[in-house]
Amino acid sequence: MYNLYARWIREGRLKPDSSWNNDLKIKFTVQDPCQIVRKTFGDPAAEDMRLVVKACVGEENFIDMAPNRSNNFCCGGGGGFLQSGFKEERLLYGRTKDEQIQATKAHYCVTGCHNCHAQIHELGEHFGGGYHAVHAWTILGLALGILGESERVHLGEDLQEVNLPESSG
Amino acid sequence: MAKDVIKLSGKRKSAFKDMVMGLLPDGGNLNACLTCGACCSGCPATGFDGMDPRKFLRMAALGMDDAIKESRWPWFCTMCTRCVHVCPMEINIPQLVFNARKLTPRDKVPKGILGSCDMALSKPTNSAMGCSQEDFEFVVGDILDEIKEEYPIWEERNLVAPIDKKGAEFFINQNSREPMIEPEEMGPLWKILNLAGVDWTYGSVGWAAENYCMFMADDDGWKELTQRSAEKCDELGCKTFLNTE
Repeated sequence: MYNLYARWIREGRLKPDSSWNNDLKIKFTVQDPCQIVRKTFGDPAAEDMRLVVKACVGEENFIDMAPNRSNNFCCGGGGGFLQSGFKEERLLYGRTKDEQIQATKAHYCVTGCHNCHAQIHELGEHFGGGYHAVHAWTILGLALGILGESERVHLGEDLQEVNLPESSG
Repeated sequence: MAKDVIKLSGKRKSAFKDMVMGLLPDGGNLNACLTCGACCSGCPATGFDGMDPRKFLRMAALGMDDAIKESRWPWFCTMCTRCVHVCPMEINIPQLVFNARKLTPRDKVPKGILGSCDMALSKPTNSAMGCSQEDFEFVVGDILDEIKEEYPIWEERNLVAPIDKKGAEFFINQNSREPMIEPEEMGPLWKILNLAGVDWTYGSVGWAAENYCMFMADDDGWKELTQRSAEKCDELGCKTFLNTE
């Protein structure tokens, strides 16, 4: 999907504006989903994802994990792990990812996959990293100025009021 | 030193590994291991139950099929393929794991995965969380109304969330988590598609994106779920099947 988000931004069909973050300087990182990057489309998909996120939050507010792209670590949410009942092992598996995210000092990790989203959200709470897991559509919506109040469940306190569209109420 | 010495009989028997090799191009290179350990050093599941990717492969090579069948490790490996990525011989250990999952008797498959697969198969929507078509349609309509009420601009911009729109360019699926748990998360995507001028639709059949039968290594179930979505997409005449991820 973010191959398309990236294409639509390149074509001018979507015009995200990162100026909301010029002064806030809130830092973002991305989780490269194994299924989409390493297993399917390769590094070009990872570049597309970065293009989208940087367009939304500002290039200087994006921090990559190490390692990344096709060499990234799995978060531990894939392959059915989330539903397997092995919670202890799943969180232990995710410790690698948690340390990677914490090392970036980013407040937000953009997750382009539902399994990654659920797992990284839980990792942030379990290990106390305090970062948030957000869908790509949330960040894109924020930068497009179309993200409504009720659509900010996964955003922290710092972004509840930022770039809110005009409502009827 | 390992606690127990593995004794090999004179006769080589690695039925499991040979079976998997028969399925893969170049046998998945399963006989090409240099035992370098690059796979293990970069695998987050290394050490779980005393297992790691190299050990798992060596066990298969040594014909320790019973021990592989008993191991829980195939359910700790997420089949992320990083081991293949770093392997100098490109050995397909994840396919070995996938096929090891197949060896698990149905009553020993992790209940959550089995339940999610069975639930999806029982619903035409493919929803592993059991979302019915009626519920999906209600939630989609409800959220659409809420957005337009709170932000009238979307009435002017004609925000839509169609189901079974014939000839739409994109057939889009949706993880059940949204309609079932976080319905308000669907709105941002609809708005983005609207701004980009995209012609899209959900399907009344096979809209759910998750596929736990695949994780269970249940090929028939995996195929059934995928086929439902693909056939609905074809029936509507949509050009592109688009995953929301």
